[in-house]
Amino acid sequence: MSGHERAILSVEGLGSLLQAIRQEGYQLVGPTVRDGAIVHAEISGIGDLPAGWTEEQEAGTYRLRRRDDGALFGYSLGPQSWKQLFFVPRMRLFQARRKDGTFVVDAEAPKPPRLALIGARSCDLHAIEVQDRTFLKGQFVDPDYAARREGVFVVAVNCGQAGGTCFCVSMKTGPRVTQWFDLALTELLDGAHRFVVEVGSERGAEVLAKLALQPADEGDCRTADEVVERTASSMGRKFETEGITELLYRNLEHPQWDKGAERCTSCANCTLVCPTCFCASVEDVTDLSGNTAERWRRWDSCFTLDHSYVHGGSVRSATRSRYRQWLVHKVASWIDQFGTSGCVGCGRCITWCPVGIDLTEEVAAIRATDGKKEP
Amino acid sequence: MLAPVRDPMTPTPARIRKVRRETSDTFTVHLDVDGRDGGFRFAPGQFNMLYVFGVGEVPISISGDPGAPSELVHTIRAVGTVTRAIQKQRKASVLGVRGPFGQGWPLDKAKGGDLLLVAGGLGLAPLRPAVYHVLEHREDFRDVSLLVGARTPEDLLFRSELSRWQRKGRIQVLVTVDRATPDWKGPIGVVPPLLREARFEPGRTLAFACGPEVMLRFTEHELSRLGLGADQLYFSLERNMKCAVGFCGHCQLGPAFLCKDGPVLRYDRVRPFFLTREA
Repeated sequence: MSGHERAILSVEGLGSLLQAIRQEGYQLVGPTVRDGAIVHAEISGIGDLPAGWTEEQEAGTYRLRRRDDGALFGYSLGPQSWKQLFFVPRMRLFQARRKDGTFVVDAEAPKPPRLALIGARSCDLHAIEVQDRTFLKGQFVDPDYAARREGVFVVAVNCGQAGGTCFCVSMKTGPRVTQWFDLALTELLDGAHRFVVEVGSERGAEVLAKLALQPADEGDCRTADEVVERTASSMGRKFETEGITELLYRNLEHPQWDKGAERCTSCANCTLVCPTCFCASVEDVTDLSGNTAERWRRWDSCFTLDHSYVHGGSVRSATRSRYRQWLVHKVASWIDQFGTSGCVGCGRCITWCPVGIDLTEEVAAIRATDGKKEP
Repeated sequence: MLAPVRDPMTPTPARIRKVRRETSDTFTVHLDVDGRDGGFRFAPGQFNMLYVFGVGEVPISISGDPGAPSELVHTIRAVGTVTRAIQKQRKASVLGVRGPFGQGWPLDKAKGGDLLLVAGGLGLAPLRPAVYHVLEHREDFRDVSLLVGARTPEDLLFRSELSRWQRKGRIQVLVTVDRATPDWKGPIGVVPPLLREARFEPGRTLAFACGPEVMLRFTEHELSRLGLGADQLYFSLERNMKCAVGFCGHCQLGPAFLCKDGPVLRYDRVRPFFLTREA
C-alpha cells in the first residue's frame, strides 16, 4: 500500500489496525459514550467505540440517539474537539524556589504520551492546524503544546452524516479528509459493515502493511465517495464568508450585536467547545512558607470580565462587547492575525450555546442589513 | 520535526540596583543585568514582563536609555497587586524579567523628518527611550517636539530631565497640567491643544503618542486637523496581558495582538476598533 491507493477493511480488521497502532507505542484516544455524550477519551480498542449511536444536534440541543445499525462512527461531532489533548485546560508552567537571596526556576519538562487520534474529522483536523498557527508558527513556540503535538498519529474518518449544526462545506474544511492524516476511513454500511481506508503518510502505510489487506474495488471506492458527497450535500447550516472581515469591521455598531447580547448569557460555553479558541490566563501561587512559587496556566474565555481587565476596570464591561469580540475575532480578525478563519464550521458553538445563538444566522442578519446603525 | 524551544514563559531573576521615587505613586527601578551578554538590549517602546515571586507578573514598558544597556530601567505606577508589590521591593531585592517584547517606536521611519512625541501621565515612560535615542542621534531628525501632560505639577515625571532636554537637546518641550499649583507658570489644560504650538511640517512628520486613550483620541483629532494622516501617527496602547508572546489572547485590539504587533501600532491599523467603544 502506498500513495493514495485505497484498501478495504472489515470491522475486525479495524480492531486489528487499532491494536497494530498501539503496538507502535501510541496511546489510542477516540470517541466513546460517557454521560450521555460522545467524548474523546483513551480507548483500548473497537469495543469502546460508540457502536450504534448517533446524535441529534440543533441550536442549543444535543441528544444521543440509537441507530438501527452498528455504525462505529455514525455520529457527527461530540462536544469535545481534540484541543484539550494539546492545549491542556490546566497546567503548571513552572516552579520557582527562593535560594540565596534570589530564586531559581525549574521549567516543566513535558514528556507526554504519543497519541493516536482515532476518528478525527476533517473540520477538527483543520482546527488543529489553526491552533498550530498560534502555538507553533509564530515568533514564539509553546514548548508544552509542541511536545504534545509532535508525532501524533491520525486515523481520520470521512463523515458519513452531517450534524444539524455543521457547515464545514461553507468553511471549506470538510467533510472529506484531505490532509494532516496518516490513515483515513470511510465507513460503509450497505451490505457488509466495512471501511475503505486511504493512506495519507508513509507511517500510515507501514502500519497498514502489517494487516495484509485487499485493495478496495471500484465499487467500494465509488460507494465511499458517495457517502462523503451525501454528507456534503446535507449540511445543517450554510455560512456566507465573502468579504466577512470588511463586513464586520464596518459594522461594529450594528444593532444586531444588541440583539445577540440580549440573549447571550456570557457563559463561555462557545469558547470552551470551540476547537480553535486559545485564550488562557495564568495564576501565580506560593506554598504556605512562601519559599516555593508556581505559575499555572488555565483556559480562559473572552466572555469573562477579567479577560480584558486593565487597572481601573474591564475594557469590555458589557456582554455585548464580549460577545462581539468573540464573534468578530473568530470569523474576521482571525484572518488578519493568522491568515485563516478561526472558524472551521464544526457548529459546536451553536449546539452548545444554552440559548441557541447561531453565528451563521447572526452574521447573515448583519449582512442583510449592512451599514445599519439604529435599532 | 518541531524545533526544540526554550520556554518563553520562564522569568529570569534580576537584582534591583536602585529605586527612585518619581511622584507620590510612581517610581523607577534600575535592575542589574549582569547575566546578559552585552547587557539588556531593547528598542525604544518595547516592554518586559516583570514578576514578583509568587505574586504575579505585569507588562511594563522600558523607560531607560537604549544606548546604556548595562542596566534595565522601568518606571512604574503602583496601581494593582503586582505593581504595589514591586513598590515594596528595595535595593538588592530580586524581580523576575521576561523580555524584551513587542514592536517599538519606528524611529528609523522618522529619520530625516520632524518628530512629535506626545505623552500623557505615565505615557512619558515608554517615550523616554525614544527621547534618549533622539538626543544621541539628534542630527537624524529635523524639528523634534515633546508635548507632556500631567494631572498636577507634582505628577510630572522626569521633571529635571525635561528642562535639560529642552536646553541641551534642541528639543521643543511643551508641558501642561490639568490642575496647577501656586508655583506653576506653564499652561493649564489638556495636551492636544499644545500641538498647535509645536514646530513641524505635516508632510514630513511622524507623531508618537502614549497616554490615556481619551487623550490619544483627541490627539488624533487635533493632528488630523493639522494635516497628519492616520499613517503618520503611532500609538503605544495598553491591554490586559498574561503571556506577552501571542498565546494568551488577552491583549487583542481587532486584528492586532498588542504584545507582538504592538504595543506601538500605526493608528490606521486599528482605527475602527480604537474608535469603537469597548472594542
